[in-house]
Amino acid sequence: MILGAYETVKTARSGQRPTGADYVRNTISGFFELHGDRRFRDDPAILGGVGYLKDLPVTVIAIDKGHTAKERIARNFGAPNPEGYRKALRLMKQAEKFHRPVLCYVDTSGAYCGIGAEERGQGQAIAENLMEMMALKTPVISVLIGEGGSGGALALGVADRVWMMENAVYSVISPEGCASILWKDASRAPQAAEQLQLTASCCLKNGIVESVVPEDGLGSPDFYGRLTDALYDEFVSLRTLSATELTHRRYERFRAMGRRRD
Amino acid sequence: MAFLNFLFQPKNELETGGRSAAPAAAPDDPLKTCPNCHMDTPVSILRENSYTCTCGYHFRIRARTRIGLITDPDSFTELFTETASDDPISFPGYSEKLSSARSRSQESEAVVCGTATIGGHRCCLFVMEPNFMMGSMGTAVGERITKLFEYALENALPVIGFTVSGGARMQEGLFSLMQMAKTSGAVRRHSDAGLLYVALLTNPTTGGVTASFAMEADIILAEPGATVGFAGARVIEQTTLRPLPKGFQTSEFLLQHGFADAIVARPEQKNVLISLLGMHEGSDAK
Repeated sequence: MILGAYETVKTARSGQRPTGADYVRNTISGFFELHGDRRFRDDPAILGGVGYLKDLPVTVIAIDKGHTAKERIARNFGAPNPEGYRKALRLMKQAEKFHRPVLCYVDTSGAYCGIGAEERGQGQAIAENLMEMMALKTPVISVLIGEGGSGGALALGVADRVWMMENAVYSVISPEGCASILWKDASRAPQAAEQLQLTASCCLKNGIVESVVPEDGLGSPDFYGRLTDALYDEFVSLRTLSATELTHRRYERFRAMGRRRD
Repeated sequence: MAFLNFLFQPKNELETGGRSAAPAAAPDDPLKTCPNCHMDTPVSILRENSYTCTCGYHFRIRARTRIGLITDPDSFTELFTETASDDPISFPGYSEKLSSARSRSQESEAVVCGTATIGGHRCCLFVMEPNFMMGSMGTAVGERITKLFEYALENALPVIGFTVSGGARMQEGLFSLMQMAKTSGAVRRHSDAGLLYVALLTNPTTGGVTASFAMEADIILAEPGATVGFAGARVIEQTTLRPLPKGFQTSEFLLQHGFADAIVARPEQKNVLISLLGMHEGSDAK
């Protein structure tokens, strides 16, 4: 079924969808959670740790929104603070040290907008992740599983491959935010959603993502099995590249977006 | 009624509260009112003070004006002027907005890039333009900044950058967002070669520019009183339902929380840059 863009936004935001923690639980065996940024505190919005993707040790980082009201509050509705991004970066650098690939599951309406977040440098935390991920000498795959909310999602999205669930969305601004800024009318969000080209098929067409993952049997063992196999094969092929070749191609991947000759 | 202005001019210093009276507006030297202290100052005096008021207020200035204040006379050579925005996601009204921004700002895009000397030190320079869609970053801005860092890397030059931006340009959708990653990659390569990058954050620097190249410099300077942050203040207030602390997201707040190296007033900026460029000369890895 083909949904309108705003219907897809609502689907992507639905509390019924599998969360980051569900993906970790069902694609990674022997997962061991690693907490904290070693600087300020542990951000519960981002889950990170080590485990096996089939027989391959990986570092996995997931933004988790939680299912129940209690979980959602504990996870800050999947809106990370700077310490969440710093924890993610710490684990990525650790993965680089031990030559482990990095797998990110991204699902956020955006980086948290709060007083403390600004005091602790939300912008700096995101900027540092972008710069460091660009040079990370180990393969990175990011999978957008629900909402890909602007810089808060991109901070875990500077990867060699970016995949998107069929009903996930990825956008520079929320349709509501876009409509209220441009037309002073948040109720025109459906129109903004169409214009922003935020659906998986648009992102694929625009070369923002490499692959769209079908949602047949979303959340079922078959679904996770297919995803696990696909991720595994992709990591195996990325691991054949030298670190220099890998980071060169990652740079060129983003370099091509909006490239102009002058 | 301008001819009646002389009736209201103060006749001595006491009438102006003891301060020396601002000179009357000459036809070729209009007065400008400071939004902070409301004092009128002739533009010629403002120009001498790098467009700052005696109260310390920094007037918003065009990229070209800033280039004139910072670089050695006739040393600036502009690069990448042909790199302009198109309308990558055919966003309604965007083409019209671009053409009005072009005529309003007299610039082809929201950043001016080039090479220059500052106190004799050769460098690459980018200066964002507030009158072009509030310095928002679309593909052309991202591309020009990326090219500048690539050019600087090839030529082993330091980069000096002045930021002013409302963030990513939503009319270009995800292509704008991806410029954050692209510019960050270019900054990283330049940095890995041991080359210096100094960012000077001016009012306002927010959103996707803060969350990318503005915060990636070796040395981060800020203009006094500038608003610098990631999220918009109103959005934070609506999210947290708490009043914002005084001075929230200013340069001073940034300094206090450890995210800027120093606050440098506009009249001092050139000298500070000359001294920093001098200290890093010959520091590149080549």
